[in-house]
Order: sequence, then structure tokens, then C-alpha cells
Amino acid sequence: MAEQKNKKWGMVIDLDRCTGCQACTTACSMENNVAFVGEKDAGYGRSMQWIRIQRYWKGQYPEVTPTYQPMLCQQCGNAPCEPVCPVFASVHSDIEQINLQVYNRCVGTRYCANNCPYLARTFNWFDYQIPEIMTNYLNPNVTVRRRGIMEKCTFCVQRIHGGTEKAKAEGREVTDADVQPACALACPTDAIIFGDLNNPDSPVGQAARNKRGFRVYEELGTDPKVIYLKAGGKYGG
Amino acid sequence: MAAETRVLNHAAAEKSEEDHREHLMLDPRPRETLNRWVMEAMLTTTPRYWIMVIVLGLLVAVLLFGAWGNQIAVGMGVTSKTRPVFWVTYITTFVFWIGISHAGTFVSAILRVFKAEFRRPFTRAAELMTTFGLAAGALFPLIHLGRVWIFYWLVPYPNARWLWPNLRSPVLWDFLAINTYLLSSTIYLYLPLIPDLAMARDRTTGIRHFIYKILALGWRGTEAEWHRIRTAINIFAFAIIPVMFSVHTIVSWDFAVSMVVGWHSTIFGPYFIIGAILSGVSAVVMILAVLRATMKHMDYFIRKEHFDALGKLVLIFSLAWAYFFYNDFLLSWYGGDEALKRVITFHAEGPMAWMWYLMLVCNILIPAVTLWNKKIRTSPWLMFIITTLINVGMYFERFLIIPVNLSHQRSPFDWGEFNLTPTDIMIPLGTLCLFLFLYLVMSRLIPLVPVWEVQEGQMAHTLRKVGKAEVTSVSELE
Repeated sequence: MAEQKNKKWGMVIDLDRCTGCQACTTACSMENNVAFVGEKDAGYGRSMQWIRIQRYWKGQYPEVTPTYQPMLCQQCGNAPCEPVCPVFASVHSDIEQINLQVYNRCVGTRYCANNCPYLARTFNWFDYQIPEIMTNYLNPNVTVRRRGIMEKCTFCVQRIHGGTEKAKAEGREVTDADVQPACALACPTDAIIFGDLNNPDSPVGQAARNKRGFRVYEELGTDPKVIYLKAGGKYGG
Repeated sequence: MAAETRVLNHAAAEKSEEDHREHLMLDPRPRETLNRWVMEAMLTTTPRYWIMVIVLGLLVAVLLFGAWGNQIAVGMGVTSKTRPVFWVTYITTFVFWIGISHAGTFVSAILRVFKAEFRRPFTRAAELMTTFGLAAGALFPLIHLGRVWIFYWLVPYPNARWLWPNLRSPVLWDFLAINTYLLSSTIYLYLPLIPDLAMARDRTTGIRHFIYKILALGWRGTEAEWHRIRTAINIFAFAIIPVMFSVHTIVSWDFAVSMVVGWHSTIFGPYFIIGAILSGVSAVVMILAVLRATMKHMDYFIRKEHFDALGKLVLIFSLAWAYFFYNDFLLSWYGGDEALKRVITFHAEGPMAWMWYLMLVCNILIPAVTLWNKKIRTSPWLMFIITTLINVGMYFERFLIIPVNLSHQRSPFDWGEFNLTPTDIMIPLGTLCLFLFLYLVMSRLIPLVPVWEVQEGQMAHTLRKVGKAEVTSVSELE
């Protein structure tokens, strides 16, 4: 059995390729049992999307073009949400090096959500009813959350675990192909690249060295693990 | 030269008009009369009082516990909270109550330590405000929890979950600070109460006598007992001052240690303390005005001189608050951080700008214009109106800091609005009713005037004739 090295799971999002189609949002919701809040609450800003498309307009009317920025939990290396939680519901995992939310511990102070500069966290304002027939769609690997609980993107930690276990059983090193999250798989333009940032030869490792790369609010010292590639510049479309 | 003479003549005329009997300390009555008055004030209940108690009790049941129960059963969504405004009126009202509760102890302990004589008749009314203000405020960390039924997970005790609370979290600092303050201020309320409880014990029968007997701890009033209680009160008065400063600093750290634009400010500690004292001293004035108007014999104990003295304090703290507000604003602006600049512009120009201007008018303009005037300071109802406005301004200050700042964070995509719902307003109003209810009930259960302190003060003050002038002399008792 191969030795399992510590992985630094990370993501590169190429804004040049993003078309704003929201396939990632949909895939994420189905994979992670994210609740649908209904029209009224969604209109009020309570829609629960672990990854959302932030749309900005560029230029003056009538020459406006939209730009899209998928925003999700940046899995900060130095996460602002972690120290403020009084009950250790927001914790850092040593093995996956990601930021986890332990739903069962959460008491719902919502402090973490206030302190997140990316506002990547969503809160269960109500118990959102799932129609009987729809329960068959729920992913059995992911907890269904009840009201009063904070939740957020986990980099599909169930897939990371599943892939790692599978590789271990087969006696080989886990590869990026084993652990792709739902959003990266669903992206029709391959704008989302996921993998081990420690491996310089992997697609994500190569993309991370791209000159267009930047990290959102890096100046705050959060050490995010999601790298964006700038759109519309010298190096790309 | 002529101008100087005019000023001196004017001062002399003012002095001769002043009647020493206006001061409580120089208007002594026999001790038995004072005792009887305090007992009468405590034991007199009019039908109006009972109607107030019943109405407030019902309001607490409906507004606080009804709305809260509904929120627990249905979900936090019944409030106006949304992304990005995760805290709205609950934390605002929490900070407001902790601020109010500040000044009770501030007025009592600081004035006791500095031996300010005018404190004597109203220390207890102020301390009671601290205790019940904390009781009302301490509910909010529970009310605002998404899953309040497991609130005990925040309490540090050895448990089956094998999990200690996170001591890095400001929520836990709050928990510890508020508990410390509640405990120490309750003891500080109780200690000076013991001689008065003994006084009440000796003048009541039946169940009241029985309760006072237990609470008075067998007080007889011997010299040794007085010596011990003075020592104890003195220790507590000194010790509680740093506790009081730490509590509101810790409340401000809830915001200051975070990364939220407009919260992350090192001046928040003193700024919050000054704001708390301003709103708290104002609340003391409000309570004294109401007590004076509604309770028997209170117009003897609480006089114009007290409103005058407290009015000066309010004015000083209003100016100090203005200074700290300016500091906070100036440094935010001068720092040049783009996001922070947008937030402070949003305060002054956004849809909620009226709150910002209302806050400045109520907290700076109104006290600065009115409280210089002695006529206004000595008029209880005008003081009541002014201090109410100050508290309205202070509420909006906290409102601006919490939900309004949250609605305008770094990323423009996340700028959000919130529309207050009935629950948002009912629960804070419910805690106001709870505070009034508890205060009203307690005002008939314990002597609201520390009568032994008044008697002690009156014994210490005498008028002496020096030449033609009457001079107040104060002897050291303690």
C-alpha cells in the first residue's frame, strides 16, 4: 500500500472560461442536499447556495458586459470563521487542510457568517420541507441540516474521503481524478479545476502558477485556497 | 473693574438666594420619620400600580415569550435576518442593555469611591437598574441562537460530549464577563441593602417580616457590624470599577476582533464604554424622574439638586462621546481603506442616513444645547425628555454599528437590505417590559432609598456660622 502524503486540496477558477451558467450551483445543491428556500425567501436574499455566481456589470449603458465570479468558501488557511465559533463547530481539519463545519455542534450564533469576508456561509432560517418523492434524490453521504444551523461549501469532503479510501483500498496514491467535487465535474467549460496544490504537475498545480492568478481579499491574511484567474486581460480572452 | 464688580455682585446675589434647605443633606428629618417614609413608599400600592404590573406582565408574556416561542418553533427566519445581515435587533438591544446596566454601578461605585455626597439617595435605584438591565440584556445571547435548546453547549462544564467551549471566541468572553458582572453587581446591590432590610424587618409583620428576617442576616446595627459592612462595601466599590470597564470592553471586542468593515477598530473599547455610560446615566435620570413622580415621599429624597448633578454628568459624557465618535470617524476616514470609506459614506448618505443624523442630534446637539442651562437641568420632566432622546440616539448608534454596517461589506455583490419584521421589534420591546416589570415589582419589595446612607449623610453635614455667612461643613464618618 502506498504511503498517503498530505494533500493540499485547492481550486483554480478561470474567470475567462466562466459563462455564468450556474451548473456548478445546481450540481452543488444536488450533491450536498442544499435546501431550496422558495421564491419568497430567495428574493429576500436567503437562498442557500454553497457556490454562487456573483455577477458584475462592466462598462456604461448601453455598452455593458456582465462578468461572472463564482464565489464559494475559500477554505482559508487562516480562517476568520474558526476562532469566533464558541462551540468548535467551525474547525480546521489537519488531514484535508480544509475548513469544516460540524453541523451537530452548531448552535447558530451566526458569528462565523458575519466574520467571513466572502460571505460564503448560509444559514438554515427555517426547516425547509422536502416533498416526499424528492427525498429519493438526497445524497446519503451528506447530512440533511435542520433549522438554526450554519452550513457552507466543504470542497465535497465526502468525495475527498471516498476517493482517498478507494485509493487506499486499491493500494495506490490518491489522484486528483478520485476526488473531483460536484461543481468541477459539472462545469461545462472546465472553468473550475480542482486538485492537489502541492503537486506542481497536476492541472491545478499548473493553473495555480498562471500569471493571471489572484486570490480574493488576500490582503486580509486569510490565506485562501481558491485561486482565481483574471479575465479579459493580456493573457486571455 | 466695573465688569468685575458686576460679576462679583451677581455671584453674591445668587448665593444669597440659594436656600440650604434645598439640599437633602442639609434638610434633615428625624431618623424615625425617614424610616417611616421609606416604608410607606415601599408598602403603598395604588390600583394604578397593580394595573401597570398586570399589563406589563401580560406584555412580557406576549411580546417576549410569545414571540420568542414562535421563533423557536418556526425558525430564525421569522426575523428580518438574511445574508449578509446576520445580526439585527437582538445584538443591538443586547449591547444597549449592557450599556444601560453599566451606569447603575458606575454612578454608585465611582461616586461612592470619590465620596460624592449627592449619590446617597439614589445609589440603590441605580444599582437595581444594573441588575435588571443585565437580566434583560443577558437574554439576548440566548434569544439570538439558532438552536437555543442546546444553549448549554456554550457553558464550560465537564460533559459527555468531551468538548470544551472555544475560549478563543468572543461569545464565550461575553458569557464569562456578563456572569462576573451580574454576580458582583448583585452582591454590590445586596451589601448596602442589609441595614435597610433590617429596618424593614423591624417594621413589618407576617410573611414580609419572615423574608426580611432571613435576608437581613440578623443585622443588629452594632459598631462591629457597621465597621464590617463599610469595609465590605468599600472593597466592592473599588473592585467593581475595573470589572465594569472590562465588561463593556469585552462586549466591544465582539465587534472589534472581527474582520467586518466598520467593526475592526481599536478604539471600540473606550468608545463603547463612554457610550454605555452616557446611555446608562441618562437611564438613571429617566428612572429617578419616574420614581419621583410616582412613589410616595420620593420628592423629599430625590431633588432638583440630583437632576442638576446628573445633568452635568450627562453633559460631560455627551461631550466625551462626541470626541470618541469623532475619533472613530476620523481614523476610519483618514485610513483611506476603500471598503471602510464606503461604509462611513453609507452611514451618512445611504437609505438609513436618517438614523445617523438622528444619533448625532440626540447624542451631541440636544445635550450640548440644553444641559448648559441650570433651569433645564433642575426640571425633572425636561431632563426626562432629554435623557430619553439620548437613549434613542444611543440605540441608533448600536443599530448603525451592527446591522447597517453588516449590510454594506466589502464585496458590492453582497450588499443587502433588511426589512424589520414584527418579531424583530416585539422581542426587544418585550425585554423593555420585562425590565419595567421587574423594577416595578422590586420597588415594592425592597426599600428603594438607602435610608441609612441618607441618615449617615445628614448626620455628617452641618451648617456652621462663620461670621455672617452660613457654611456647610462635612465631617468624616468612615
